Amino acid sequence: MPTTKVEIRSGAYYDSVILMQLQRSLAEQPGVIDAGVVMGTEANKDVLSQSGLLEPEAEGANPDDLVIVVKGDAEASAQAALDKVDELVSSRRSSGGDEDYRPHSMETAAKMLPDAHWVLVSAPGRYAAGVSRQALGLDRHVFLYSDNVSLEDEISLKKEAATKGLLVMGPDCGTAIVNGIGLGFANKVRKGPIGLVAASGTGLQQVSVRIHQMGGGLTHALGTGGRDLSEAVNAITARQGLDLLSRDPETKVIVLISKPPAPKVAGELVKAARSAGKPVVVNFIGYATASRRVDNIFFATTFDEAAELAMELVDVAEEFAAEPDISKFARGQRYLRGLFSGGTLQYEALLILESYLPVVYSNAPLDKKYRLEDSLVSVEHTVIDLGEDEFTVGRLHPMMDNDLRLRRFEKEAADPEVAVILLDVVLGYGAHLDPASELAPAIAEGIKGAKDAGRHLEVVAVVSGTDEDPQGMAAQIELLVEAGAKVETSNDAAARYVGRLLQAIERSAEPAEKIEMAQVDLERLKKPLAGINVGLESFTESLSDQGSQVVHMNWKPVAGGNAKLAGIIERMKSKA
Amino acid sequence: MDIEKANAEATDRMMEARPVVVGMGKALEVVPGMRENLLMHAGPPITWERASGPMKGAITGALIYEGKAKDMEEAQKLVESGEIELEPCHHHQSVGPMAGVTSSNMSVYILENKTHGNMSYSNLNEGYGKVLRYGAYSEEVIERFGWMENVMAPVLGKAIELSGGIDVRAMLAEALHMGDEGHNRNKAGSVLFTKALAPYIVKATDDADVASEIIRFLGDNALTILNPVMAACKAMVDAAHGIEGSTIVHVMARNGTDFGIRVSGLGDRWFTSPVGTPKGLYFPGFTEEDSSGDIGDSTITESAGIGGFAMAAAPAIVTFVSGTPKDAINATLEMYEICYAEHKYFTIPPLDFRGTPTGIDLRKVVELGVTPRVNTGIAHKDPGVGQVGAGLVRPELSMFEEALVAFAEEYGV
Repeated sequence: MPTTKVEIRSGAYYDSVILMQLQRSLAEQPGVIDAGVVMGTEANKDVLSQSGLLEPEAEGANPDDLVIVVKGDAEASAQAALDKVDELVSSRRSSGGDEDYRPHSMETAAKMLPDAHWVLVSAPGRYAAGVSRQALGLDRHVFLYSDNVSLEDEISLKKEAATKGLLVMGPDCGTAIVNGIGLGFANKVRKGPIGLVAASGTGLQQVSVRIHQMGGGLTHALGTGGRDLSEAVNAITARQGLDLLSRDPETKVIVLISKPPAPKVAGELVKAARSAGKPVVVNFIGYATASRRVDNIFFATTFDEAAELAMELVDVAEEFAAEPDISKFARGQRYLRGLFSGGTLQYEALLILESYLPVVYSNAPLDKKYRLEDSLVSVEHTVIDLGEDEFTVGRLHPMMDNDLRLRRFEKEAADPEVAVILLDVVLGYGAHLDPASELAPAIAEGIKGAKDAGRHLEVVAVVSGTDEDPQGMAAQIELLVEAGAKVETSNDAAARYVGRLLQAIERSAEPAEKIEMAQVDLERLKKPLAGINVGLESFTESLSDQGSQVVHMNWKPVAGGNAKLAGIIERMKSKA
Repeated sequence: MDIEKANAEATDRMMEARPVVVGMGKALEVVPGMRENLLMHAGPPITWERASGPMKGAITGALIYEGKAKDMEEAQKLVESGEIELEPCHHHQSVGPMAGVTSSNMSVYILENKTHGNMSYSNLNEGYGKVLRYGAYSEEVIERFGWMENVMAPVLGKAIELSGGIDVRAMLAEALHMGDEGHNRNKAGSVLFTKALAPYIVKATDDADVASEIIRFLGDNALTILNPVMAACKAMVDAAHGIEGSTIVHVMARNGTDFGIRVSGLGDRWFTSPVGTPKGLYFPGFTEEDSSGDIGDSTITESAGIGGFAMAAAPAIVTFVSGTPKDAINATLEMYEICYAEHKYFTIPPLDFRGTPTGIDLRKVVELGVTPRVNTGIAHKDPGVGQVGAGLVRPELSMFEEALVAFAEEYGV
């Protein structure tokens, strides 16, 4: 039988809306037909009366009294509901509702969290470029998880980012680790001295977890998106990442990873990695290289190998730090002249130099188009084989007779555009009995002449012989060194040294790169990572779980995706 | 055209307007364009045919009060024949809560914007429960109305004059620091208003019982100041009307059928969408099914930067929408995203005295797809019942989009 129960509480004031809330909660209790919770004013009693809830007890209530009326389908249910009043009042005080504000606009998000240097974008592909552009406009790096972003958009975004010193990691970048914080799908990897740049999400993950498993750790693992090493995108992000990690003193070893890259782009990237000043492990899937190592570049064929190499190189990284000193050279000194007596040594030197210098002329070139028109006249970088038939007609081979080489040396040393002269000195039976005695004075003369003219001439000599050779290798070397030459006993080492030196000169001569790039601020990257997240909620949760500050945007496409309205808004902005 | 400059000017004028209640008079005598056969109503223009239940009830009540009709049938005939005309309050520098129906012999507060000189008007508040503004027109409603008009209004008018005027902007600024948001919660403001006038009410009549009754009526009614506040907001937004190139939505109003907006740079045009049904809490015995569509000019408060926009100042009423104090803060934070300015004079203590979000920017509403949050009372859908709850409503986006397109056409964007 329906029963109405009344409770009067004197001197208990609640704001009317709290009371309405309580009333609703009471009405939701099992077996409750209707409920009224009001202060006992005349107007409120009228309200109760209209609903048939004004019992005689309630009629006598004063305006200061809290009147609680519950009409239940039975006395028990009405009483049970009444008994829950205190619980209901206190439960709504403690329940939920502490969610931080989720802004709709990125401007608001940026104001809420000025330290958020990263914007994570996982909005649907067709809007992702627009959102990323907004982030760049607000001077934020972009982690672009979304896929289905057009190649044109990727290129324009990355170019814009590069000119602003910002990174766009992606599109379709699934993972990255910045300053120890994982973005997207990242493993928990300890901090350490290895830096990664990867155009492969799972590659980045695999290498980073292997490094962790071996006890190592990472500074940053930067994703670039899978198309970064295509000819169209031209590795803009990878170049930025490489440059960034090269400048980062905490990064001792760099690992470059990519899905099959465009060979031309891969080659350029490797060339850029040469000047990193630290070991760089390269693992480009399907990228064939002649050797396993070129200078500071170590080629790996598997992720595992890349991780292992990186770990091994950490301890010896310092050895790669020395940049060739090019300060002694005068302006305009930029070319190599190689004067070889041994044909195959010359050939090997050309092969090695090919990866440092774009064009080397010769009387016996690797590529016919770089053949000297006149073997007696050097052009730009020139490496000649003086043992070729054209020079030996009517005269002894240069290994026995230095005359021709000495005259040529004198001529090259006097050339103000020449920075380095590379020579071979072949010892052994049959060869000249004391080549150094003839070469050393010429070398000393050449170096002095250059010095008098305000230049520095670097002379590098490869001495090929043994300590049992009739000439006495040690004595020969001593003579050459005294004359001012740098002596190597390995042709490979000599050619690489020369290559690095000339590359350094070339870099200093033309500092502007083809792609306009501003340096990414390293210090900013090292600040505690904070982010603005647009899209997948789980990215916000994961940042938050890692102790990073994050603002999750309540994002919608501009004007709900209505192109006409979005166009109007865009035009209004450009007018403003 | 410089939209930024225009919006800066519009919002600056809105904020610098200083509306003061300077007196009280019969609508016929003081409201511009008022005439014997005119009923002003809330929201954009409406016809009898399309009018909602509470609007029809309020029209009937007003015509009964004016002695022109005895019941709804007669009221309908008068309106449909054109003998009685309907025009929005907004077309007459006026505003009215809920149905907002104001007839020629009703008293209105007279406000003057001391900064820019424009005037504004609003009717008197009848209190809670069954009231004319919610479409109730029973004998007791008409009777109370008679007392207000015949006994209270003359004394109140005189008291206002004796007081030298009530500065509503200053009073609102204070009330926002006392838990009001100026639309659904006017408890503090009503007490301040009553307190300010009480000494003059006592002087304005020789009859102590009348003075006592008036003071009690004003003090008991937590909505007493709502109508002067609305008129004050009207004076503020009118100061921002017609600024060339401005995208500020300076008027929002509902007639129970249509939600209408006006844009400062688009003159007198209305853009409308069908009204929604408020979400909120209901009085005992009522549910959302009993609710009328959204109604009233009281959205003038949000238009001027208070009400739902100042929710963070009024955590006590956030439970209207089952919220928490944090939700109140978030509500205001959201409105900053669609507003052009932050108010110079209306500040919010929990937000470190940040100014309230002021000047709805049409561009941002459409860009973000975020419509203004409006706090509101809820009327019963049938005439004659009155208020059944209070809550929150958001207007439809479509009229904002329509207005943006119109703006683009008007200014060749």
